[in-house]
Amino acid sequence: MGFMEKFFGLSWGIHPEDHKRPAADAAVRVMPTPERLYVSLAQHLGAPALPAVLVGQKVAKGDLLANPRGPVSAAIHAPTSGLVAAIGEIPAPHPSGLPVLAVTLEADGQDAWSEALAACADPFALPPDEISRRVAAAGVVGMGGATFPSALKLASSRKAKVTTLIVNGGECEPYLSCDDRLMRDEAGAIVDGIRLMLHASGAKEAIAGIEDNKPEAIAAMRQAAAVHGEVRVCPIPARYPLGSEKQLILVLTGKEIPAGRLPGDAGVVVHNVGTAKAVHEALRFGRPLVSRLLTVNGGAVRNPGNIVVPVGALVEDVLAFAGGCATEPARLIMGGPMMGLSLPHARVPVVKGASGILALAGAEAADHREEACIRCVSCVRACPMGLLPLEMARHVRGGDLEGAAKLGLRDCIACGCCAYVCPAHIPLVQYFAHAKGALAAEERARARAGAAKKLAQAKSERLAREAREKAELAARRKAEREAARAAEAASSARSAKSAAAAETAAEGTPA
Amino acid sequence: MIAASLSLTILGAALGLVLGIAGRFLAVEANARVAELESLLPGTNCGQCGFPGCSGAAAALAEGHAAPTCCPPGGRAVARALAEKLGVSLDLSGVDDEGPKLAVVAEDLCIGCCRCVKSCPTDAILGAPKQIHNVLREACTGCAACVEQCLTEAILIQPVPVSLPHWVMPRPAAA
Amino acid sequence: MSEFLLLLISTALVNNVVLIKFLGLCPVMGVSKNLDSALGMGMATTFVLTLAAAASWMLEHWLLVPLRLEFLRILSFILVIASVVQFTEMFIRKASPGLYRSLGIYLPLITTNCAVLGVALLNVQQQHSFFWSLSYAFGSAVGFTLVLMIFAGLRERIALARVPAAFSGAPIAFIAISLLALAFMGFSGLNV
Repeated sequence: MGFMEKFFGLSWGIHPEDHKRPAADAAVRVMPTPERLYVSLAQHLGAPALPAVLVGQKVAKGDLLANPRGPVSAAIHAPTSGLVAAIGEIPAPHPSGLPVLAVTLEADGQDAWSEALAACADPFALPPDEISRRVAAAGVVGMGGATFPSALKLASSRKAKVTTLIVNGGECEPYLSCDDRLMRDEAGAIVDGIRLMLHASGAKEAIAGIEDNKPEAIAAMRQAAAVHGEVRVCPIPARYPLGSEKQLILVLTGKEIPAGRLPGDAGVVVHNVGTAKAVHEALRFGRPLVSRLLTVNGGAVRNPGNIVVPVGALVEDVLAFAGGCATEPARLIMGGPMMGLSLPHARVPVVKGASGILALAGAEAADHREEACIRCVSCVRACPMGLLPLEMARHVRGGDLEGAAKLGLRDCIACGCCAYVCPAHIPLVQYFAHAKGALAAEERARARAGAAKKLAQAKSERLAREAREKAELAARRKAEREAARAAEAASSARSAKSAAAAETAAEGTPA
Repeated sequence: MIAASLSLTILGAALGLVLGIAGRFLAVEANARVAELESLLPGTNCGQCGFPGCSGAAAALAEGHAAPTCCPPGGRAVARALAEKLGVSLDLSGVDDEGPKLAVVAEDLCIGCCRCVKSCPTDAILGAPKQIHNVLREACTGCAACVEQCLTEAILIQPVPVSLPHWVMPRPAAA
Repeated sequence: MSEFLLLLISTALVNNVVLIKFLGLCPVMGVSKNLDSALGMGMATTFVLTLAAAASWMLEHWLLVPLRLEFLRILSFILVIASVVQFTEMFIRKASPGLYRSLGIYLPLITTNCAVLGVALLNVQQQHSFFWSLSYAFGSAVGFTLVLMIFAGLRERIALARVPAAFSGAPIAFIAISLLALAFMGFSGLNV
């Protein structure tokens, strides 16, 4: 931590009203499996998974539905037992409302776990490689929302010789309390998962950072971790966005991750508490990640709380199970209110990374008219990455994306602090999201142009080669023909000569 | 009068001589510039600019016979890069850039004549005689070189459909 | 020494060639869209202006005055300036292609930059010595570069600002430079 932070407290970040209770204090409910589940094949960072089932096939709960494709991808499993009804496009849980490929399961109501799943009594006896292999086979992804495949993170932290595993129990987003609830109820399982991840990643110690607005969770985790010296619980101040990777590392270890580098370069790796729980399930019981605890909250929800939801359940079913909406929600959000995705409608499925479903009432989702920037630099003060949001937004608005990138647009974590504090209600994060997307599109176009150039070159080379070969072949044929003709001529000449010689010889011989 | 015209003539001749000598010593190779320009062009030699291939267009650009906006498949990005390299300011309003495009074969019209296959600069069209042809999306640049070749007008140039990972959040409308 | 320093300050700030004498407005409006090319243009102009002042002094004192050809002054000065610009262009093209590209078509425009001819004529009019003319020209060029860069910085910001449609483009640039000229008047003090 820098000098200023040490003596004057954190200068960046914001303190939104957290709205976590009473949802956090309500007991966890388990949602029964709905009749149909829509399991998206793109629930993780990286390439969408490749379906491994056929339409009409019967699957048991936990059976593999889709294989990972490419190096960054994750397996997907059946959240319940039933019949594969369709493999096709459904609306994605995404603000664009674009379609995504999904496997539609018709539940048979048995909800029977597959018998092929192998429990493991002593996973600590397994080599680290085997642990990450099993984590990959269980399709575990980062449960904090980034959905990066966890097995890859474990393997790469071994390669980077990581010394510290940071467990993210920050949950700094307002409204959300699923991690809080998980730590209160399942602290033992989480600590077991943390110890397994320590074993798999080769780190020496684990620090669980939990914001101090969750005293029950801190107490529960302390109790569970008391017998294990390598796991330390460390309360951190409640401040948004402390649950973000780089900010959490800064506060807990004092190490600042430079722009464009990964935490692994500083010997640190961060996993979410939900991921620890999923790793525990995957190794102890062989159960893949097919359901998750998520928070249903917001002013429009009649009965807010935390619910265990099978992956693939529709948001509207989840809301109905939570007691329905008291009023028509003004905005539906998957994830937290600061960084979550605004949903176009409720007929989209829950995915592995969904930490919450928020149905906000009108007053909570108030849209303000954008006014002119008065250069108050509130956004500069709030930015946890030390960027200049007002300047970047000015460049983006003027269409100068490169200028914005030079100011550090790529380091923006899209936490939304700047837009939250802006007195002129400028949608700063939206500008940055647009600019990042547009820059990525330019990058793709450049890559495409490069590839096209290579292809065009290959074609012209091929044409040249073919022409050359044709010419060579023609030359060879011609040479052969010439040779044949010459040989013919020679042989005919020789035969004529030999005939003549024979004649002379015959003549010369004495009769 | 005579002194004036004489001195001016001498002055002009002297300066011209100096410049002529300097011009010889400080000459710049023009080829390096053409190569630089060519590296910015798509390199597919599709011929939509009206010059013989991308190298022809680069030469025309270097001599100032072509505008930086001459490359339709390159769109705004290439126009901007060319203008920067040439050091001219640019009016992009005339360039219609509706994003990347793709050739699509209408299967009910394709007769499998293989003419388009031969014309494709990036070998993006697959097909055998009397079989319906198809376009490899990853390799197609949307240069439209195949469109003119098709006897049955079975090739259409369409914008690349937006997919989930390629979606770009729209820019907030200015208040 | 202090005289030369005073001369530099006087020519660069108090009697700024652009904002007080209103010479060389064409490149100031034309090449002030971004800071990099403004700097390049300023450097090229500084080079040309100083060189042209030296050349025109020599021309004036060694040719025109002895031959009583003062009436050819403007004509011959333009000739010399044009050659110096040509030479500079060739040199920059060879030495720094990047700078050449960023200056683009504006480099030949130095030929018609009235600040260059103006300073050479002022040198003659005020009967400066050789080194005095050099410093005068150099100071003026520094002032020109300074204004060009300040203005380019302003325009870079204006380009991203939300300007009412009727004012966008040239009008807002003229308003900005007129305010800049008012600010530079502060160096000489207001004589009311």
